[in-house]
Amino acid sequence: MPFVEIKDLAMAYYRDSQKIAVLEGVDLEVEEGQFVALMGPSGSGKTTLLNILAGLDKAESGSVIVDGQNVGAMSHKQLAAWRSRHIGFVFQFYNLLPVLTAFQNIELPLLLTHLSKQERRDHVRTVLDIVGLADRADHYPGQLSGGQQQRVGIARAIVSDPSIILGDEPTGDLDAASADEILTLLQRLNQEYHKTIIMVTHDAKAAERADVIVHLDKGVLTA
Amino acid sequence: MKFARLVLANLGRSKRRTILTALSVTVAFFLFASLRSILTTLDANAEVGSEARLIASSATGITFPLPQAHINRIQAVEGVKSVSWSNWFGGVYIDQRNFFAQFAIDSDSYLAMYPELLIPEDQRRAYLGERTAALVGAGLMERFGWRLGQTVTLQGTIFPGDWEFTIRGVYTPENPSFGDESFYFHYDYLFERTNRQVTPGWFTIQLDAPDQAAAIGSRLDALFENSSAPTKTETERSFQAGFVTMWGNVSLLVRAIGTAVFFAILFVAANTMMMAARERVGEVAVLKTLGFQNGTLFGIVMTEAIIICVVGGVIGIGLAVMSMSSFRAIQSFLPGFSVTPGTVWLGIGIAVVLGAITGIVPALQASRLSVVEALRRV
Repeated sequence: MPFVEIKDLAMAYYRDSQKIAVLEGVDLEVEEGQFVALMGPSGSGKTTLLNILAGLDKAESGSVIVDGQNVGAMSHKQLAAWRSRHIGFVFQFYNLLPVLTAFQNIELPLLLTHLSKQERRDHVRTVLDIVGLADRADHYPGQLSGGQQQRVGIARAIVSDPSIILGDEPTGDLDAASADEILTLLQRLNQEYHKTIIMVTHDAKAAERADVIVHLDKGVLTA
Repeated sequence: MKFARLVLANLGRSKRRTILTALSVTVAFFLFASLRSILTTLDANAEVGSEARLIASSATGITFPLPQAHINRIQAVEGVKSVSWSNWFGGVYIDQRNFFAQFAIDSDSYLAMYPELLIPEDQRRAYLGERTAALVGAGLMERFGWRLGQTVTLQGTIFPGDWEFTIRGVYTPENPSFGDESFYFHYDYLFERTNRQVTPGWFTIQLDAPDQAAAIGSRLDALFENSSAPTKTETERSFQAGFVTMWGNVSLLVRAIGTAVFFAILFVAANTMMMAARERVGEVAVLKTLGFQNGTLFGIVMTEAIIICVVGGVIGIGLAVMSMSSFRAIQSFLPGFSVTPGTVWLGIGIAVVLGAITGIVPALQASRLSVVEALRRV
């Protein structure tokens, strides 16, 4: 059974009484440990698909099964708890809390667990080492470069050891060198730590780092 | 506790805004504590008089004297235990602004009637044994830095001339609302220096039984009804309450202004908190994406609002407590004026409730936020 199984997924928005289809009959299977790049033009439904996968949005029809769990059948409360354990989310604009240090930002998902303060500290130190920012733990986001902020964002996404990492254009706001560093880091997480990654991107060069590239056009998966 | 750092970090996000918001709450609660203390003091003062003592003053008005001859006739009424008499002196100490109450009293009968005036025995004897002696409240001694044995000169206004007194006794009241800023001296001194021209301003009557107060009061007024000086007799408590009711409109005004200012400032604080929450919509969406539950986010935002209100409130009440205790001049007008523990606890309770009220809208906004919508705006 695939790790992620999306079947006949449809999603639409309504403006007044007009229906605007965003996703139509999307079928996708992702194996555990696979690195998938989801490409497509703006408005093709990539982010919507990612949001549905993360349980942030509800599909109109179809099903989303992640690691054997039907995401669409969960309540808001169950989804929040499920996300905190199984999903690591990496945003395009990093979305770090400016009032917290890198360490504190990374620690946020662990506040939702039963780990002790010492255990939380150990976990954060470990992922800071993985993303190569051990010496920036006490820096605030405003004191870090874009690439460093995104590495903090990735550290935050993996600190609770989720089953799957979802990236919404994680290199979209970075220069070429920083983007390359981030992609290398994601590739390492996939290859060394066997993390399943689904990454939305516009960038064909970024997509090349993935095992599988799928295209979404006008809400329909084309390849 | 795990989220304490997040709450504190959010409060420190815009230090200036947090401080200004807390300061506006501080001002509101300073006003609340100060103005409520005026009202509680007025209420306490209305309760200070005894139900077992009657005050008989001229039916025409308190400023009209009564004849000395009334004393024996009052004493003869059944149920009357003892009678004392007093006069308002109205002198000035150095400057008009140094106002305090001065009473010429028939000291033996008066002090016997007022065990609530606590006086060391040696000082009581010294006071009773000297014609020009004065008995002064501890608060008044402190206000003017007077010492026992010191000679104090008052300029008479109703009774002209310089009046010299030697402070021989200092009293402290059993109940602070009684006040400790009065100045007592012997009625005999006033009587003799005015060539026996003065007569009592009012009589204080001790009863055998308090439950007879209404009946005896009516009997006394009936006794003098057709005399040249009819009386108006009431219990000491209602006599005192009569003075307090003169503050009636002030009390209403204080209440109205206080309430209006209090709520105006709190609306400003609530608005600021809502603005602060609106600016964090994106961050709340991120926290939800990480798995934060709606209830957790509601609690975090609510806690921030309550902390601002409670910190501001406690500082405001604390400032009121400190400033009221050092503001001695008001004691002459409102004896026992202070911020009561009841006001302090009520203030803290209101601060918590207002924190919850001002926090509920931003907290609900945070907990009900649509993540997808909010992330689209980031």
